[in-house]
Amino acid sequence: MSVQELEKIFQDRIDSEIRIEPRDWMPDAYRKTLIRQISQHAHSEIVGMLPEANWITRAPSLRRKATLIAKVQDEAGHGLYLYSAAETLNISREEMIAQLHSGKAKYSSIFNYPTLTWADMGAIGWLVDGAAIMNQVPLCRASYGPYARAMVRICKEESFHQRQGFEILLTLSRGSADQRRMCQDAINRWWWPSVMMFGPNDESSPHSAQSMAWKIKRFSNDELRQRFVDICAEQVKLLGMTLPDPELSWNEEKQHYDFGAIDWDEFWNVVNGNGPCNKERLAARVQAHEDGAWVREAALAYAGKKRQEKDAA
Amino acid sequence: MQTRQALIDYTLHLADNALILGHRNSEWTGHGPILEQDIALSNIALDLIGQARLFYQYAALLINKTPAADPTSPLNHGTAVTEDSLAYLRDAWDFKNCLLCEQTNGDWGKTVLRQFYFSAYQFYLYGEMQKGKDATLAAIAEKALKEVTYHLRWSSEWVIRLGDGTAESHARMEKAVGELSRLTAELFLPAQYERSLAEAGLAVDLLPLRSRWEQRVREVFEMATLSGGAGMLTGGKEGRHTEHLGYLLAEMQFLQRAYPGCEW
Ligand SMILES: [Fe+2]
Ligand SMILES: [Fe+2]
Repeated sequence: MSVQELEKIFQDRIDSEIRIEPRDWMPDAYRKTLIRQISQHAHSEIVGMLPEANWITRAPSLRRKATLIAKVQDEAGHGLYLYSAAETLNISREEMIAQLHSGKAKYSSIFNYPTLTWADMGAIGWLVDGAAIMNQVPLCRASYGPYARAMVRICKEESFHQRQGFEILLTLSRGSADQRRMCQDAINRWWWPSVMMFGPNDESSPHSAQSMAWKIKRFSNDELRQRFVDICAEQVKLLGMTLPDPELSWNEEKQHYDFGAIDWDEFWNVVNGNGPCNKERLAARVQAHEDGAWVREAALAYAGKKRQEKDAA
Repeated sequence: MQTRQALIDYTLHLADNALILGHRNSEWTGHGPILEQDIALSNIALDLIGQARLFYQYAALLINKTPAADPTSPLNHGTAVTEDSLAYLRDAWDFKNCLLCEQTNGDWGKTVLRQFYFSAYQFYLYGEMQKGKDATLAAIAEKALKEVTYHLRWSSEWVIRLGDGTAESHARMEKAVGELSRLTAELFLPAQYERSLAEAGLAVDLLPLRSRWEQRVREVFEMATLSGGAGMLTGGKEGRHTEHLGYLLAEMQFLQRAYPGCEW
């Protein structure tokens, strides 16, 4: 069969919503796009453990401590599912991790912001996990089977994280003056970076059209962003707090919230490695990997010895 | 009354052990050498913190039912004691955890060895405690024993793997044994509250546990090609700690101390 014929069969399957599985023929560009997207997503889960792990040892109650550990552990699990999904596309976890450490592969910029107070644990859950859900729920129907199935498991846990985060903020919002200040401060710092999580505006998002045709993407960046703003603008009222956007207002005609302009200079600055914590986050990952090298070597050596003993017996 | 106080102290001792070791383990979350093992150790941290909470809740119940004997006690604010006030508002001298639990993580080898020593101890301890006369402690021990059985298996496997892995991992494990083994005698040296309760069958008699624990350690060390260590350092059970605990508490208790009286 010619490549054109194969491509036609491939696109027909996608158009009729039949999942692509690892053994199916797929265009090289589809495979590459998926590897880039899934590994980036996996890296985001792993790097995303760091800002929250930063507060595990300072969590203010035993219950909060336990749920925070469980949350960060969930993110590690998400990383695992996603690395496994990417591995079905013929790339190893080691390769992907090497790409992360060399800076070749990206991860979500949101994790390059610092967690400065306990309220950040609430704001991250509410806004960052909230934005992630908005992005990820459509991915449960992504055309590539292993990715879609990984996303189904992940989304369930993300919505749990989002509720927990909101509940942390709700508790703070009903607490002392200091706690309310903490709550508003965290919302102020996390709001715009969260809005930026949906990526560039549609007109400057080069890969989007192809990803839509391949059904790796179902909604545009701006559509998802609008949905996120609409929901948060309502939820923030329950907290008795405000979003740091003077232009935020309900547009009766559009039946959507209008919101202010995004600072794209900041966005690209962080994407390009100059955010407040880019260096620290990557350094922490590299450090964990390097410190663990002797452990992984020993585990391999031991497994090798046991195999030899078994073969000899 | 004296028995009541001993039971409170004993329950706090059990809780402090679990919390402090769980806290230490949770310092690894996000920084483990292998993603799967990061998850495994975080899981153990969660189990231990879960155990701590059950013990603290029981201790709080006992304290709140006890007429205030000492009005100057830091636990006597006129408000009810909770699991959190016990964890977050006592200073180091009131903590009764064994010194082993508070030791810094060091490398992965030291962490898994610390876990192995302690899980082996908890394994035999809870095995006896679930048959004890205090129904609440027995119930907690029964539930926790399932978790600890897994912790013991996991940590034994790591001690063996690293001890019998490469020359480097072997050397690191020997070093860890050198650092930690002197802290294991304390596990079996009963504090005053353990002695008085053991007579009444309310606390586990530690002496018979020791040989079983030593046997287990010998077996695992043999497979790991590790030699044992020597020395002895004690005091944690009575509130005399190493310098490490103060820093751990300063970090752990920060929010509760900086913003007193808040709901979180
Ligand atoms: Fe996640
Ligand atoms: Fe999450």
